[in-house]
Amino acid sequence: MATAEVEKQRGRYAALSIAAMVIAVGIPLWWKTTETYRAWLPYSQISELDSMNLQLSVEVEVVFSRGTLTPEQQKKIPLTQAREQEHQVHANTRLKYRYETKYRTATVMEEDALGQPTAQEADLALHRLSESPCGSVVVYVIPESSALLAEGVRVYVGQRRTALLRGQSGMAGGLKEVLGALGPQIEQVVQTMSFSHSDITAALSDRVRGSRLSRDGLADSMRAFKSSPGYEITFSLLNPDPKSHRLQWDIEGAVRSYIQPLLDKLAPVANFSVDSQILYYAVLGVNPRFDNGVSAYTLSADSLAHVINPVEARLGSNAASSNPVLNFLLYVPDAQHSPLFIRNHNKHTVPTNAFHSPRWGGIMVYNVNDHYGPDAQFPVTINIDMARVMGVFLAQLRLMLGVQQTRPPPGFALQSPGSAGLTDWELDRLLWSRSVENIATASTTITSLAQLLDQIGNIVINDNIAQQVYSAVTSLQAAVAELEAGNLAFALQYSREAILASERAFFDPSLLHLLYFPDDQKFAIYIPLFLPMCVPILLSLLNMAGELKQRRSEQRAKRD
Amino acid sequence: MAAYRYGPVLLLGFVALVSHFVSASTPNNLEDIREEPKSTDGTDSVLPERTDTRESNEFTPRQDGSAASPEALESGSRWAATEVDLDTVPLSGEKATGNLRDEAAEAFDSLRHQRYNDQFQEELVIRPLHSGDIYSSFQFRTRWDTDFFQKGKKVADYRLFPKSLGQVITKFSVRELHISFTQGFWRTMQWGQPFLSAPPGAELWVWFQDTVTDVDGAWKELTNVLSGIFCASLNFIDSTNTVQPSASFKPLGVGNVTNHKFLRYAVLPREIVCTENLTPWKKLLPCGSKTGLAVLLKSEKLFHSSFHSQAVHIRPVCQDWKCTSTAWELRQTLSVVFDLYTSGQSRREWSLFKMFSRTLTEACPLASSSKIYVDVTDNSQGELFELSPVSPILSQAVVLGDRRTYSVYDLMTPDTFGTLRSLNIQLRWKMMDVAEGLRPLLHGERYVAGYGLQTGEIHTLVYNNHPYRAFPVLLLDSVPWYLRLYVHTLTVTSKNRENKPSYIHYQPSKDRLRPHLLEMLIQLPPNSVTEVTVQFERALLKWTEYPPDPNHGFYAGSSVISGLVPSIVAMDTNSTQEGPLFSSFFPCKEESTYFVRVYTEPLLVNLPTPDFSMPYNVICLTCTVVAVGYGSLYNLLTRTFQVEEPGPGLAKRLANVIRRIRGVPLL
Repeated sequence: MATAEVEKQRGRYAALSIAAMVIAVGIPLWWKTTETYRAWLPYSQISELDSMNLQLSVEVEVVFSRGTLTPEQQKKIPLTQAREQEHQVHANTRLKYRYETKYRTATVMEEDALGQPTAQEADLALHRLSESPCGSVVVYVIPESSALLAEGVRVYVGQRRTALLRGQSGMAGGLKEVLGALGPQIEQVVQTMSFSHSDITAALSDRVRGSRLSRDGLADSMRAFKSSPGYEITFSLLNPDPKSHRLQWDIEGAVRSYIQPLLDKLAPVANFSVDSQILYYAVLGVNPRFDNGVSAYTLSADSLAHVINPVEARLGSNAASSNPVLNFLLYVPDAQHSPLFIRNHNKHTVPTNAFHSPRWGGIMVYNVNDHYGPDAQFPVTINIDMARVMGVFLAQLRLMLGVQQTRPPPGFALQSPGSAGLTDWELDRLLWSRSVENIATASTTITSLAQLLDQIGNIVINDNIAQQVYSAVTSLQAAVAELEAGNLAFALQYSREAILASERAFFDPSLLHLLYFPDDQKFAIYIPLFLPMCVPILLSLLNMAGELKQRRSEQRAKRD
Repeated sequence: MAAYRYGPVLLLGFVALVSHFVSASTPNNLEDIREEPKSTDGTDSVLPERTDTRESNEFTPRQDGSAASPEALESGSRWAATEVDLDTVPLSGEKATGNLRDEAAEAFDSLRHQRYNDQFQEELVIRPLHSGDIYSSFQFRTRWDTDFFQKGKKVADYRLFPKSLGQVITKFSVRELHISFTQGFWRTMQWGQPFLSAPPGAELWVWFQDTVTDVDGAWKELTNVLSGIFCASLNFIDSTNTVQPSASFKPLGVGNVTNHKFLRYAVLPREIVCTENLTPWKKLLPCGSKTGLAVLLKSEKLFHSSFHSQAVHIRPVCQDWKCTSTAWELRQTLSVVFDLYTSGQSRREWSLFKMFSRTLTEACPLASSSKIYVDVTDNSQGELFELSPVSPILSQAVVLGDRRTYSVYDLMTPDTFGTLRSLNIQLRWKMMDVAEGLRPLLHGERYVAGYGLQTGEIHTLVYNNHPYRAFPVLLLDSVPWYLRLYVHTLTVTSKNRENKPSYIHYQPSKDRLRPHLLEMLIQLPPNSVTEVTVQFERALLKWTEYPPDPNHGFYAGSSVISGLVPSIVAMDTNSTQEGPLFSSFFPCKEESTYFVRVYTEPLLVNLPTPDFSMPYNVICLTCTVVAVGYGSLYNLLTRTFQVEEPGPGLAKRLANVIRRIRGVPLL
């Protein structure tokens, strides 16, 4: 019996040592040999980005011209004053607006400039004196009696970053009251010229889902193209009837005169490339209905969505780049279906005869039937009035690029953008919302990438992906810091870099590879080896544990 | 106890069986985890254009538009009328407008006098073949007098030239681009020489500008873009099937760069050509397939044929005789051979309607010339076939070294269409058996010889059918790396004698990197067959390198034979034809040779192919063996052994049974 006990003991030791070997050598070896290479990612910084704290700083300069302040008040002017607003947009998104207001009195030269006969000239003269940096706002307070502003106009916003504000007379009280009275007006000016809370929340719409946004802001943000490092603008002339119409369009000159100034102005936002083509026999997808009332063919607004499908197939994507394409189509209806008018939802004819589709582009119908009589010799050569066409396309382009229509508060006079197509402060507005949007998009991309990599344990993370993630994170941090410091131009640049790097990392081909088997398949391969090896070990360990228990209870029984 | 002892082994067998089934179905759960990178930009009605999907960063960010509530979506994503206050917003001051109007008026005036700087021509050549089949060849030519690489000015305004190709040229600094898609094999011996030859499958060769620094990178990207434009698998062109021929492919346009560093050539012999390649090809035409000759291009007829080849050739050409400035030429060609038996129901009768199921009613209004040529060379007296309607215009041209006569139908003149306003050219053969035509002077064939799956031999036969003149040809062979050529076995024999090539350019392959390139200049003796043989060994591929149907075999592209062939016009010295005596003593010099390129058949080679379930079987089997061994070892090590009293033997038990019956006491 003693030998049997010894033998049993030996079996137990053997089983234990085999189990120890498997745990100490086998499992680490298996772990090591099946390990995938995963470069280290800055997870903590990414999770910091996830809870976004954005601070937007605007520099506002308030300049009092002669006659708006009494000498005592002038002496007491505070140099700077900062005002902060905080908004909790979402559980992990907080916005803080910081307005740094500087007060000073006008210099002699500025006084001269303000002495110009009209506001427009004064604006230009002030611009010549000094150029204010991107993102800042200068408000000149002029006496109430000034003839610069028309009757009933309180505020004039110029083409640059300056505004003229009509002061109130009888500011006899203390400086505090004067500033207090000016405060709300200046705030209105700043919101018009730099950003308002609704713009910024609209820019954050990707991040903040289901938040309460104003309808207009959302419509604007959905109509405009997503922020991208570049855009391809394509003008296409659709001539479905080359047998009757020989169309001439001077697109080269028109782009040079109308589109290029706007694009030059927008150069900091993105790179643009413009091209044009003529497509023959391109027909619309719906047959327009003949309306006897106006003796013309009409397209209703509901059918517009179907108009574009057959044309779209021929437009072609840009072969040379992967940037989004903005399409602007000029459709000249064929001789049998002229004239053609578009009707809106209220059954009224649209005066421009043009419509646009969000994030796609616009189409304009150009009727040529009044260029020739009924007995004309076909084909008729027709020269297209590019000024009319480009007016519409320019307006559509502004919409697509997200230059928001500002609805000025009452009493505001806005100077029209002039030949550049865009005023400086409109550009600033665009830059503010684009920077915020870029930061939001890039941080969402990086966060979801980090989540994905976290979820799939056996995906390989190469060094170049880690590098892209790193550069995206540093650019993001830099962009946030620049926004905080009020350097709008740098903020936009960093945010663009961040978006590029994050997209490159997210869409890296190595991250989507069929070589990553799911776990169940991997275990299907391992099971034939693992199961027969592990089951005896487990069983004998269980057996031993059972015996141990039994012996203990026996011992306890004996003791009792 | 017994169940416990044998448990592991039984379980093992069961598990092996189960896991075999588990792994047989291979779900890809991974794809579900990543969100689909698809843009939902609100314009759902817009059909997405097919773009190439090589670079995943082309996708728009996935967050697009998914944030909005449905009602907001409706208001934001709808087509909306554009409201523009035309008086104030856009017209940027009276000055600019006035200027522009003046400019436009000037431009218009000048345009009225001057022609466009681009023009478009279309033509169709119909050649009745002696076999009874019919060969139709379309050519569409767009010429644009512009320079894509002018300094400081970007070409961006396209009229007739397709924008997509123009962008490709500018982006990749392409000097010349030739791409062809061919279904079927051109039977030179039956059909004679084609106007433009092409190998079966897809062929692409590109000359880049000498300003390109990274030619390989540009080539890689270009093939991807082209595969998107033509809906073809050109993205499978990589370094393993790209070569740089040193002599066979010279630029066809103007320019003086002949350094083959800037040339890339690749063939995909396996490419299947079908409707999806024809549609984008037709889209490049200014008139599309709406009017002109292109209405005949109906895919259901074109692909019901024995040979179909479509091509795009882009090259710089001279603008004028002095050649001071270059113009760009885009030539789109499409050749098709309709079979006498399948398409023609073996009746020797052809018409446009029978071939294309369409007739012609008008020319493309944008074309400056639109013509149909019917080859009537052998039919000067109408003895061979009858052509209706008869065209009064005849034109003679020297095509491929032969003087041919064509009957011309000009679609620009309304008389061509007759009273029915429709043109349906009919061709009725009179003789049922037509004598063999002249054999083509240059012809090539290729096959694989040998047996087994280890080695083989490639035989290339080049025929010179000229009765008395020898001429040199360039033979280009591009063989994939998995057929390892033994170059020391290369032999060139003609008329049973060794024929030493005067020039050999050989670039050995590198496994998985580049193919073999063999170029030779061979002098072909008159009336001879030259045989080029080289032995090869079949490589064993890695198991992931096999295509989905490895037992189909592996293709090796056609050899290309290019040479200057003595022309038939010059050969015709026995003056059977009536002609002035003064013209026929010396062979005429100027038309004495012509360039021709002949493609041989592609090769289909079987490689040793493993059983692809093998890796898993091996895993299972090894695991089982290991587990059995391990199980017994484990049992031996951990089992407790006891000495047991042996039971009574069989004899003893038997004896006891007998004893019990007998009533005798047991043992």
